[in-house]
Amino acid sequence: MANVISDETIEYVGILAKLELSEEEKEAAQNDMARMLDHIDKLSELDTTGIEPMSHVFPVSNVMREDVVTNGDDSENILKNAPEEKDSAFVVPKTVD
Amino acid sequence: MAKQYETVIGLEVHVELATKTKIFCGCSTAFGGAPNTHTCPVCTGMPGSLPVLNKQVVEYAAAVGLATNCTITQNCKFDRKNYFYPDNAQNYQISQLYLPICRDGHVDITLEDGTVKPIRIHEIHMEEDAGKLVHDDWEDVSLVDYNRSGVPLIEIVSEPDMRSAEEVIAYLDKLRLIVQYLGVSDCKLQEGSMRADVNLSVREVGATEFGTRTETKNLNSFSAISRCIENEIARQIDLLEAGEQVVQETRRWDDNKEYSYAMRSKEDAQDYRYFPDPDLVPIHISDEWLERIRSAQPEFKTEKMARYKEEFGLPEYDINIITDSKKLADLFEATTAICNQPKKVSNWIMGEVMRLLKEKEMDAADISFSPENLAKLIQLVEDGAINNSVAKEVFAKVFDEDIDPDKYIEENGLKQVNDEGALKATVEKVIADNPQSVADYKGGKKQAIGFLVGQTMKAMQGKANPGMVNKLLQELLSE
Repeated sequence: MANVISDETIEYVGILAKLELSEEEKEAAQNDMARMLDHIDKLSELDTTGIEPMSHVFPVSNVMREDVVTNGDDSENILKNAPEEKDSAFVVPKTVD
Repeated sequence: MAKQYETVIGLEVHVELATKTKIFCGCSTAFGGAPNTHTCPVCTGMPGSLPVLNKQVVEYAAAVGLATNCTITQNCKFDRKNYFYPDNAQNYQISQLYLPICRDGHVDITLEDGTVKPIRIHEIHMEEDAGKLVHDDWEDVSLVDYNRSGVPLIEIVSEPDMRSAEEVIAYLDKLRLIVQYLGVSDCKLQEGSMRADVNLSVREVGATEFGTRTETKNLNSFSAISRCIENEIARQIDLLEAGEQVVQETRRWDDNKEYSYAMRSKEDAQDYRYFPDPDLVPIHISDEWLERIRSAQPEFKTEKMARYKEEFGLPEYDINIITDSKKLADLFEATTAICNQPKKVSNWIMGEVMRLLKEKEMDAADISFSPENLAKLIQLVEDGAINNSVAKEVFAKVFDEDIDPDKYIEENGLKQVNDEGALKATVEKVIADNPQSVADYKGGKKQAIGFLVGQTMKAMQGKANPGMVNKLLQELLSE
């Protein structure tokens, strides 16, 4: 493997992804990430001069809707997705800034 | 000698678009619904749900771009901005990083001394708003309402071209007018439909590098923005004078305490890991589509001002106030189109309309009476059917309830008395009842006639034609 993921990097990626990894998991993730980057390096060997960056895998554009209200009050069903509900709101641990 | 500092300010302005539905789903954007009544699987980030773009959002964003001299990115797309916060159920905000819909624009601001300065716009992108968190008073929890989640926003990012609070306010006012004239947002700062984040740094005069900047959020009134800017300039200069460093950070302004505090320090600066949103296909704005948006651009304040001067010959001061609100300009034009008396219409707007707005602490945008009824009222005065003071009374009713002035004066017997015979009888009685004033007048105190006019008007319950009363009094008193 040409790429090496440092302990700091895996720690940082863990923080960003809100994951708590054990030492073994960190090591495994470091290995996986290094292999992924190796693969990206492989892709970089291709000559892409003059090729437009692809913005989507399907050759489709302009899938849009008109500005018309189609949804009514479905709060009863939507709130079934809430682990806990109060005053027709989703209850989450206290979050301030 | 004390060091001289210069302030460098750039603005990120969020404008909530006045669409009927959210940006990626058919939920209503109406204000004031009970929590989560305007939500669906898309705007609550349920796995497997798919966003579909609201076409109107693209048109509104492009319209603002054209009005601010931007280049429209005819092939653009959406990206995901990843962050974890309960106001955003998806754990990412759909926004635009790589190909924002508008780029490289500018607006010209006019400063108090008359100088015109261009403020460059770096980009305008489309994105979705987040939900609202309410902190529970009784338990250690927060309550989330996703009604605002997915409401369309545009973010207008300026270059760091502003140097003072005055320039910032002039810039914001310019944007407010453009957005209002386009009708793409009601732009009410207090209701959060226009909000600004201020990026500010100070540097020594003559320095070529920018100083370290801070970003202050939560600014939702012009006066709060002014206060925050003055406060942040002083804070940064104090730090530099004390030999300390300005820390690059996000601060939140507390307008009640007139103080800002750091929200996030550099250590846990956000890393948003943007990437193209695979759920949304690219947008192609064809030349034809762009041309349609361009041809629908309205006449803006500057052009309107020139036209009002040329076409109606109104004073510049009045024109400036009338065109400062789309609503007032529309009212002026619609009323003038009916009664063809631009000066009278302008006088009513500048006088009674402005007075009642101020008295009732209303915004011009909240005016609800019809131009037809104002035009009728103006015509009634013109025809001598009612006098000015009655007209003001009737107008208060028009303003509040949009009543039909013809019907109202008929039903309330307010028609002006122009019958000379009827007036003469009253005037004669007033002269007979007020010998002192009559003597004063005849003795050379000409202003005594004012009292007699007043007494006659009172006797006629305000309905007399004041011009005729005056004329009659003068005639009778000189006999």
